Amino acid sequence: MTVGTIASDKARQVAQEVCQQHGATRDELIPILSDINRQLGYLPAEALDEISTQLKIPKSQVLSAASFYSMLSTQPRGRHVIKFCESAPCHVQGGREVWLALQDQLQLKSGETSPDDRWTLETTSCLGQCADGPVILVDEDIYLNVTPDQLSGILAKYK
Amino acid sequence: MAFFRSHILVSVDPVCLEKGAHDIFDTLLDELGKKGLIDEIQVLETSRIGDPETLGPDLMVYPEGVHYVNLTPADIPYMVEEHFLKGRTVDKLLAGESKVAVDEEVAPPKPKEIRIVLRNSLGKIDPLNIEDYIAEDGYAALAKILSEMTPDEVIDTVLKSGLRGRGGAGFPTGKKWQFARNAPGDEKYLICNADEGDPGAFMNRRVLESDPHSVVEGMIIAAYAIGAGQGYVYCRAEYPDAVRTLKVAIEQAREFGLLGQNILGSDFSFELEVRMGAGAFVCGEETALMASIEGQRGQPRPRPPFPAVKGLWGKPTNINNVETYANVAQIILNGADWYASIGTADSKGTKTFALAGDVKNTGLIEVPFGTTLREIVYDIGGGIKNDKALKAIQTGGPMGGCIPASQVDLPVDYKALTEAGSIMGSGGLVVMDEDTCMVDIARFFMDFIQDESCGKCVPCRIGTRRMLEILTRICDGKGEDGDIERLEALCYEVGTASLCGLGQGAPNPVLSTIKHFRDEYEAHIYEKRCPAKTCRALINFVILEDVCTGCTVCARNCPVNAISGERRLAHHIDPDICIRCGICAQVCNYNAIEIQ
Repeated sequence: MTVGTIASDKARQVAQEVCQQHGATRDELIPILSDINRQLGYLPAEALDEISTQLKIPKSQVLSAASFYSMLSTQPRGRHVIKFCESAPCHVQGGREVWLALQDQLQLKSGETSPDDRWTLETTSCLGQCADGPVILVDEDIYLNVTPDQLSGILAKYK
Repeated sequence: MAFFRSHILVSVDPVCLEKGAHDIFDTLLDELGKKGLIDEIQVLETSRIGDPETLGPDLMVYPEGVHYVNLTPADIPYMVEEHFLKGRTVDKLLAGESKVAVDEEVAPPKPKEIRIVLRNSLGKIDPLNIEDYIAEDGYAALAKILSEMTPDEVIDTVLKSGLRGRGGAGFPTGKKWQFARNAPGDEKYLICNADEGDPGAFMNRRVLESDPHSVVEGMIIAAYAIGAGQGYVYCRAEYPDAVRTLKVAIEQAREFGLLGQNILGSDFSFELEVRMGAGAFVCGEETALMASIEGQRGQPRPRPPFPAVKGLWGKPTNINNVETYANVAQIILNGADWYASIGTADSKGTKTFALAGDVKNTGLIEVPFGTTLREIVYDIGGGIKNDKALKAIQTGGPMGGCIPASQVDLPVDYKALTEAGSIMGSGGLVVMDEDTCMVDIARFFMDFIQDESCGKCVPCRIGTRRMLEILTRICDGKGEDGDIERLEALCYEVGTASLCGLGQGAPNPVLSTIKHFRDEYEAHIYEKRCPAKTCRALINFVILEDVCTGCTVCARNCPVNAISGERRLAHHIDPDICIRCGICAQVCNYNAIEIQ
């Protein structure tokens, strides 16, 4: 995860490494994009540019894939990404209250990043943990049976 | 199938064995025999439960989820007497912390269930240890087909079993394999669709996390049948644990010579890889899924050509979902006749469901086709929560439909559900009680569908949005005469002019609720009334004057100061200020607040 925008040479370097690691072929495009997104927090334009060169496919096609999937971002995000499960089972198990409390504590709405780049708040589709909702995902850590009063404790773990 | 009221799982990992787990096992059987409980309680071996160094020998009792640790044979008679005869937990044998570990996703099978796909999902095997799976007849089916059966015989067996695709459409699996086998070309692919995206449905995740080899084995058998050399499991990125387990399973299968070159010494070779999605519901649709594996936007394309003829990279490809593959090895082992003997004339075998909503027992179940909705809701689900009345059952995920309580005796199979205006789908089953507003439900699902429409087909992209607008308007009390007809017309257009299952199924939640609950739509539109008292714009909170004691609790808790009144006198809510948050009704100690 990262703060703000990425220097263009770093973005290129990471893109190059990831392409080499996966093998620069068309069928590796989604894994490559996911990997860069995980390392840099988002997909900078320079990284997409580099992928296009490495894989020898038009930039338009790289951007077309990068902008389609909800887990990939072409905009810079915060150091930590909080994903709230917005599907029905979580919703009826008290998810609505958690969602309101979360927006209130972070002072963010869905899709926004905090001015200090600490947080990005997003919703996600069903995480399949429906027996233990409401569910939130902070970076790669999953929290089950979340209640509004647990939120400050969870958020405090991430600097 | 024999039904046991309890299951005892004795850990027999190497450390526990060394510490005498087999003595525990034998003593248990002796003692249960002596007490006459042997037909009621099943004793099974399992891999490690707790840390064997500090807790072994240990065992787990289901359905209670009680974990007894550090056992000696001398403990057993007392434990059997107390726990299984008198129904008392023996505290001194419990593990220190987390005394009771209840599995909230899957309970032990109820009498009306048959577990084929979920047979190993209740902690019976260690998913990270291939030997556990092999001990449960794992890969015996693969050995059988490689040594005794031709690919055509395998396809024949699957055809005869009557197995149909469990991903939603229910196409006969054997026929699909036949198409892929007969398609010209040497290079063929096999895909497992593990992109289980329906909210609330997590059957496939559970199978992948608890019994991944059953899917791997099913895939290898299918690959042999159609002649595929390369396979992919396409798993959604929202399931990181499932991906991890699956990768371990594939690695272990490769080490054991069950994947790779010359499987089990035969001429047959097959490689398997896991591919992760990146968050797109529509990638559960087979052509969109293939586009995603190829590294493109996950957008569907027209069929025909079907994947069996022109699929991944333009080559013949067979796609089935997790549950379909998980059935295959059992069919090979037990025979087509055995499988075909379960279920109805049109739908054979069992189906897993994620039972959710206003029902007492939620979680995963597996029932033979032909089980009625009544049996699922009342016998397995334990009835409606808070003893309210059943209103409707929603099947098939967001693109499914609602079946009214009057049809609760409907047997669950592909044909019956389609005739009732719903679909089988992948296996979501949401039970709704009398307090559910059916217009609001249609709005909720349409919100999901329009959000997940990939945007390729105009009728789906724009039509679902228009439908959502109309439904939202109706729920907000701004419905107009003609809205129902407008919805019906849009449903027809979106359903007939969209390429994939998402657009074609989009009308289901709307059409089925209009069909069965038209009066609720009309009440919203013409009387500006929500019969279920759910839609906030159409309800009023009113204080019953003769019940109210004037305690002022409601007025003090109202966030917008809409409640006025003197202490000890009846209070009043100003409907123009009230935001219908319902807090007053929650805090009132006298039930004086009514929703009108």
